[in-house]
Amino acid sequence: MSGGAGTELSEARYSYGGDEYVFVELAEAMSLKVNFRAMAITDRLGREDIEGVTDICPSNASYMVRIDPDVLHPDELIGRLKEIDEEVGDVRGFELNTRVVDVPVMMEDPWTHETLMRFRDRHQDPNATDLEYGARINGFDSKEGFIEALLGSPWLVTMIGFVPGLPWCYQLVPPEDQIEVPKYVRPRTFTPERAFGFGGGFAVVYSVQGAGGYQLFGLAPAPVLDVKQSLKDFEDSMVFPKPGDVFNYRGIDREEFDDVRARVEDGSFEYRIRPFTFHADRSLEDPHAYNGEILGVLYGD
Amino acid sequence: MAIRVGQPGLLTTVQDTGRFEEYAIGMPPSGAMDTFSYQVGNYLVGNEEGAAGLEITYFGPELEFTEDTVVAVTGAEMPPKINGEEAPAWEALAVEAGDVLSFDYLKSGARSYLAVAGGIDVPMFMHSRSTYTLIGLGGLEGRALQEGDELQVGKTEDRTGRVGMAVDKEQIPAYGRETELRVIIGLASYRLTEESMEEFLNTEWTVTTDADRVGYRYRGGEIKFIEREQPAGAGADQANVVDFGYPIGSIQVPGGVEPIVLMNDAVTGGGYATIGTVISADRDRLAQTRTNDKTRFRSVNLEEALEARKERRDRMARIEEALS
Repeated sequence: MSGGAGTELSEARYSYGGDEYVFVELAEAMSLKVNFRAMAITDRLGREDIEGVTDICPSNASYMVRIDPDVLHPDELIGRLKEIDEEVGDVRGFELNTRVVDVPVMMEDPWTHETLMRFRDRHQDPNATDLEYGARINGFDSKEGFIEALLGSPWLVTMIGFVPGLPWCYQLVPPEDQIEVPKYVRPRTFTPERAFGFGGGFAVVYSVQGAGGYQLFGLAPAPVLDVKQSLKDFEDSMVFPKPGDVFNYRGIDREEFDDVRARVEDGSFEYRIRPFTFHADRSLEDPHAYNGEILGVLYGD
Repeated sequence: MAIRVGQPGLLTTVQDTGRFEEYAIGMPPSGAMDTFSYQVGNYLVGNEEGAAGLEITYFGPELEFTEDTVVAVTGAEMPPKINGEEAPAWEALAVEAGDVLSFDYLKSGARSYLAVAGGIDVPMFMHSRSTYTLIGLGGLEGRALQEGDELQVGKTEDRTGRVGMAVDKEQIPAYGRETELRVIIGLASYRLTEESMEEFLNTEWTVTTDADRVGYRYRGGEIKFIEREQPAGAGADQANVVDFGYPIGSIQVPGGVEPIVLMNDAVTGGGYATIGTVISADRDRLAQTRTNDKTRFRSVNLEEALEARKERRDRMARIEEALS
């Protein structure tokens, strides 16, 4: 798997984030493989339950650990992380016991459309919508073809954050099929809650209303953050996505959007979820064939 | 026992030491920005470590007490007044039922802290009482205080014996308009040219009006990134990286002209290159800087940072000892 122009690191870059954090950049470029490495390393670190480690945050091509340096010296942790890195190696044979989730999205919805029109002056192309712009710079003849690519293959949740519950998602497709768009020239001061956005190589669902710089393509009717934990999928945590989840963004029309909204409001909504063991090797070898299997597991019954 | 809020001040929130171990879901710690002043307030009134108090930003509130109790005001110089009479800061004060605590104008610093015997008793949310206003969680209904609010205070034994106990004068910090913050250079600092890193460290930066609990923005210099073909997933701008985690205290420079230091209500990750991190011992002082203050960043290594951390801890232990 290619890592982009000269940006594959032969060795991970270990760095102190002040005296309380250790930050490890595994690669400058995003790839599925590097994310699997970040997940495998942080997963193993978590299971070791080392005293003085307070937060373990896997991210796209890197990870971060917060420590109490009075208990654990950053260099001691880095020493252990380097050993774990070697043990994990190139993640051959990496398996992830995860779940595959149906995530409905209404593309070109009226609410994000209203928002993106309001902030045209902060955009690369004030005369097109975000979706038209994304289609053009990624070499699609029509926005329909672009939407088909976005909704045609599932995604891996590779990082959670920015604000509570926001998932970064990287599509399970070969590098040459990866879609990429810049962030807004200047960030918007408003983004609707549950907006489906795209920036760099990542799709997100904004968990809360607020500022944001990702291109706006649509709106999800179901939440990723439920502070009151009133929906069944949020019984254990107010945040739904977990790193390693496989999301399939499925296009829906206004009628289904309204129906899902009504079920969210009356508390009866549940995501369609199927347990799934994700084999990294198979996804890297033949992503499209493997995606067919994944969707079979999700929608087969 | 309760506190009735009259005029609420500019931004007064319930805070404690913070909400840790939730960063991986994107939940920042929140908590008192200047934990030194906050914690010394708890020492003064005899509270357990971590008891919640009020963080008072720039302009103080008017607070009426329903019962006799002991309070202390620490942090920014915003002289407290009881029923209109000036009272000392950094000292345990007696208030009686019906007394009104108010504050004079801010003279130096940015944030004062009110500690009350027994601690502010709002519901715990994810093992903390700290307010996270960005999405309205924790504290009192997830928001700053408003006129008419009533804050409950935890039950406690009689603490009147503490009245008059005060922090040693030489331990009280002075807040000037010029600050030096120590940073450990690192994270994605490889994205800067050598000249730009020098410029970053040599510039006298000015705190902008965007300086709040999420982060502090500065102006005054210009930083250049090393031109590169952007790696897969990062996005086209030279300031962009493949989105990663942001430590509390980390410094990013979107657009090259506006360094941002993330603070307690930080966004936990994103796609801007970070170039270093303010050390934990200096966050107290950073929290006491305000718009138009001058700030310089000085590069230190990990050993110096850990030494500074130890000095701060020892100093707090001495203060606690002297007040026990």
